[in-house]
Amino acid sequence: MIPALVAEIRDKRYPGARGAQPHVALAGLSLQAAAGEIVALVGPSGCGKTTFLNIVAGLDRDFAGEVRLAPRPDGQRARVGYVFQEPRLLPWRTVHENIALVLPPHRAEGIVRDMLKAVGLAEARDRYPPQLSGGMSRRVSIARAFAIEPDLLLMDEPFVSLDHDTVEQLRALLLKLWHARPTTVLFVTHDLREALVLADRLVLLSGAPARVVADLPVGLARNRRHSGAEIERLREEVLRHHRELIGAVGAPTPVD
Amino acid sequence: MSVAATARRTSSRLVTSALAQRIGSLALLVAVWQVAAIAVHSRMLPSAGTVFAALVQLTLHGTLLFNLGITLARVAAAFVVAMIIGTAIGIVMGRSRTMDVLFDSWLVLLLNLPALVIIVLAYVWFGLTEAAAIGAVAVNKIPAVAVTVREGARALDRDYAEMAESFHVGRWRTLRHVIMPQLYPYIFAAARSGLALVWKIVLIVELLGLSNGVGFEIQLYFQQFDVTRILAYSIAFVAVIQVIEWALFQPLERRAGRWRR
Repeated sequence: MIPALVAEIRDKRYPGARGAQPHVALAGLSLQAAAGEIVALVGPSGCGKTTFLNIVAGLDRDFAGEVRLAPRPDGQRARVGYVFQEPRLLPWRTVHENIALVLPPHRAEGIVRDMLKAVGLAEARDRYPPQLSGGMSRRVSIARAFAIEPDLLLMDEPFVSLDHDTVEQLRALLLKLWHARPTTVLFVTHDLREALVLADRLVLLSGAPARVVADLPVGLARNRRHSGAEIERLREEVLRHHRELIGAVGAPTPVD
Repeated sequence: MSVAATARRTSSRLVTSALAQRIGSLALLVAVWQVAAIAVHSRMLPSAGTVFAALVQLTLHGTLLFNLGITLARVAAAFVVAMIIGTAIGIVMGRSRTMDVLFDSWLVLLLNLPALVIIVLAYVWFGLTEAAAIGAVAVNKIPAVAVTVREGARALDRDYAEMAESFHVGRWRTLRHVIMPQLYPYIFAAARSGLALVWKIVLIVELLGLSNGVGFEIQLYFQQFDVTRILAYSIAFVAVIQVIEWALFQPLERRAGRWRR
């Protein structure tokens, strides 16, 4: 079977300031993802995860290597949805207009209505993003990404700086949308617990320049992951084999 | 009473008091004028009453409305041309370093070229035509618009550009929904100072080379030392420009900024 995504980044560097050494962001990072798989990329902050997503999204073409996306069944180029760390909604456009922007105009109306209903924001259709709470903005951002029916969904630590309950709701929402329309997901996080709750596979990354330290399937059915104890057990097992992660992705003893 | 109702009342009271202050200030000006006119007692400084009488007479029986209309049409044409071209130049120079380096000196040169020189050159090169007149006014305004909009184009948020690019929003929709809204504050700033500049230059263009319009009329009255009618024309014109500011610019600006709460 052809993987949905093959990325081989041989080298990505940012030019240093006048005279300084260039900063090597990525070196020899290769990754594959099967269609419909949720892959969590876990690594310390600053290791180049966002750089990697931007390369996969086609935003950054200044690198050595290759990114291949399997075409759609109808032969069209694969569609990539992106949920950024900040929601990046246009503050001068309504919720409805923000989602319609990424859709072909003649089909936008119906799709936006369905997506807003799916994320529970039908009422907020005509509001402007500055009037939304953090959690609501994230919902709109997720709705926008799913609205294009993506073949690959990139998520860059989308749930940081939100309170615990909101994060739980958003994770549940993400899984609900994903079950309704499975798609390949690259989910970047530095939270090992979050990765274990969401992903089929964990890809552990080293510090900069990021390379793959370990590639582990999460061998626990999704419906059994509601239990905090199961997640905790998995988390300790991962940390036992990958002691280098300790400190990078949170202390070994849970704080919360 | 609800908080919103209190806020509405407070704001409407503020608006009323601002209007009262403005009217008071204008009344003071008219009073000073009247006193000075009585003290000087000369045909060269007519009283406010005389000027208003002339204004009414020119409006009802003279060609004031016709000339005002012609001049306003020229102001509108020159203003629109200057805003469109200036905005386009500003965006290109703000986004492209190469273009900025290439043409920055041109902008500086144009900014410092006296309006009179541009007008005279336009008439010499292109003849005493309507197009030369409007073109000359527009060229006077374009560099100022370009410089202001360039500031805005340099400050565009990269995050939104990346969002639009990753979702393949397309160039035209990106310009309309992502880029232009970020530039509106700069464009409005340019438009306001632009209108004030453009109408002043239009009068000079009319005075120098055209045979109708407010500028041409003022030249006629100048030859007759008819200060009363010069002042009557000025008041009519200032009033019209102020109405445009209130009735057109301010509502447009509020509309563009309605997402800010």
